[in-house]
Amino acid sequence: MADIKLTVDNIEVTVPEGSTLLEAARAAGIEIPTLCFLKDINEIGACRMCVCEVEGARSLVTSCVYPVTEGMVAHTNSERVKEYRRKTLQLILSDHNQDCLGCSRSENCELQAMCKKYGVDDTQYYAGKRNESVIDDSSVSIVRDNSKCILCRRCVGACINSQGIGVIGANERGFDTYIGTAFDLPLAETSCVNCGQCITACPVGALYEKDSTAAVKAAIADPDKVVVIQPAPSVRVGLGDCFGMPLGENVEGKMIEALRRLGFDKVFDTNFGADLTIVEEATELIHRVTTGGTLPMITSCSPGWIKFCEHNYPDMIPNLSTCKSPQQMFGAVIKTYYAEKMGIPVDKIVSVSVMPCTAKKFEIGREDQSAAGVPDLDYALTTRELGRMISEAGIDFVNLPDGEYDNPLGEYTGAAVIFGATGGVMEAALRTAVEKISGKELTELNFTDVRGVEGIKEASYNVEPIGEVRVAVASGLANARKLLDMVKSGEKDYHFIEIMACPGGCVNGGGQPHVPSKVRNAVDVRAVRAQGLYDIDEACTIRKSHENPMIIKLYDEWYGEFGSEKAHHALHTSYVPRVINKDL
Amino acid sequence: MKVSNVPFQGTAEQEAKLIELINEHKGQKGCLMPILQGAQNIYGYLPYEVQKIISDNTGIPMEKIYGVVTFYAQFTTSPKGKCEISVCLGTACYVKGSAAILEKVEEVLGIKEGECTDDGAFSIESCRCVGACGLAPVMIVGGEVYGKITPDDVPGILAKYR
Repeated sequence: MADIKLTVDNIEVTVPEGSTLLEAARAAGIEIPTLCFLKDINEIGACRMCVCEVEGARSLVTSCVYPVTEGMVAHTNSERVKEYRRKTLQLILSDHNQDCLGCSRSENCELQAMCKKYGVDDTQYYAGKRNESVIDDSSVSIVRDNSKCILCRRCVGACINSQGIGVIGANERGFDTYIGTAFDLPLAETSCVNCGQCITACPVGALYEKDSTAAVKAAIADPDKVVVIQPAPSVRVGLGDCFGMPLGENVEGKMIEALRRLGFDKVFDTNFGADLTIVEEATELIHRVTTGGTLPMITSCSPGWIKFCEHNYPDMIPNLSTCKSPQQMFGAVIKTYYAEKMGIPVDKIVSVSVMPCTAKKFEIGREDQSAAGVPDLDYALTTRELGRMISEAGIDFVNLPDGEYDNPLGEYTGAAVIFGATGGVMEAALRTAVEKISGKELTELNFTDVRGVEGIKEASYNVEPIGEVRVAVASGLANARKLLDMVKSGEKDYHFIEIMACPGGCVNGGGQPHVPSKVRNAVDVRAVRAQGLYDIDEACTIRKSHENPMIIKLYDEWYGEFGSEKAHHALHTSYVPRVINKDL
Repeated sequence: MKVSNVPFQGTAEQEAKLIELINEHKGQKGCLMPILQGAQNIYGYLPYEVQKIISDNTGIPMEKIYGVVTFYAQFTTSPKGKCEISVCLGTACYVKGSAAILEKVEEVLGIKEGECTDDGAFSIESCRCVGACGLAPVMIVGGEVYGKITPDDVPGILAKYR
């Protein structure tokens, strides 16, 4: 591609052809403010915060979608430009609920930050008519508050472009425009999969998770309850964001210590559940491949993906692995094996998880997820909720010493921790399945073909004695749709598919801390956080799930064989077909 | 929820026509507008049930369809009543106070402009000049023109059509 030379604020810069003025300015070390722009997700030039002067242009241009041309001379910071941006902010505020103190995004609100930067601080700009709205809290995962919405449409882009779903969009026109569902159906009655990508896309407080912290704090305060917590793999490479730590930094030790100081009675790790999932799932895969079962088998760890499949591909439900997710498997183990071993009555246990995910809040309420006759898990917190609990408790997170997990369920292998990255479940399953099928010890543990942030990846491996095993990995539900359509049409043929609802996998889940768009647009957050997990994997001495000593012990003492009937009863589940558009 | 309370009375013939129309346009870029225009011609309006048929058969998310329908004033999600009411908001009528007439009609029927009463009896819309400026303010009810009216006349006029 040819290079383009241009001048931005008197700085000469050379960028590849096809770059936008926003990108060229960044290359010159200049940050142009944006509100609606999210790279690859929402590139519509709607908010007009990124306007710049281009010499010879008829009017100000929106730099986020304005392609550079040879010899262009642009000014990103003139008085005219700044005045225009101020006016834009004033107009946004004129129809914005400025209840900032009580807002979930106060202090990390992109609108608030920008208003501060431009000295826009009056609450009464263009005082007059305001749109009225009602908070939609029908969903167990996601709350929508249009009084905070600035109509940037980043959530809409996340829903339709990243996820291929499109249950929210812009309704009506002009001043009456609002983001909503078709016919204003409550979100819970649509085919929303609760992935929460809309929440992480939102620059303001118009979208947030349904809070579970109050209930969890009440359980901790109750002396009769034994409150058990399990954080997911991705939480340890996301939680640091809440405390200004470097993106993707592994804060596992501090996280454990913080959980203990918050008053959780037992601190375990979902990674143990992930190892358990792998031995069950690999066993299921081997069984299906060798006995002519339904193929391709598709992973079932991601509850957003599961609900998407039920709505959009109900005919492929037989392809889903019947394995519960790591969260649910671990929940089942705690309320059966652990409860019995420790002599704790099940009704005294409050089982909590911390997840990079909002769909986990939906998963805990699903049918057929109660091995002990009560729900396997009681509350699923997001990484953000845990961050808030830690802040509120006055814990100086950054300076915490490293804590250690409680035994016996805190042990994990490298295979478990990579569950948080797209391709991680596939790699972990292959480490176990290949070794089990071939009967030979696996020496090369890194299945690098399935790593990386690309939306769809495929690979094939020759595994004696069964021959070629073809696999595919998709993350982001729009990519999942593409892949499944190719499978359904017969264009592609695989044995095993991993699907994660969120682009890049759980590290980029809808429950992870907000990353400001100016960072998101410049750095691949998914890759940085995933690297944090692969580093942990490399450092683990045991990197195959079936070699986790506690897993071996659990099967010896409790379940018998991998995939035994007892394991099936507790660790597997079922699914229900759903429709995209419900009948009235 | 903004689903009309007037029961949907689409027929199998109408649905067959709509499916035929969808198959004609489906998959083409920009297919939604001609499908919606055709669907409104078939049914007279675009209720949930019709938008669902379009969504289910094109794969276009229903929210996207609803977004387009609510964006354009030409599309409506409410049926026309057995008796259609049209209040002129053209310049002459407006100056003579037709906004208050419209408000009174809305108040008496308990619905807004563009909507239909739950029993399907009345629907209200506004229009721009019916060419009877000499009679301003003007309202048309069931095809009959009422001129030089005041808000107080509205209940009596509507009572004749119940």
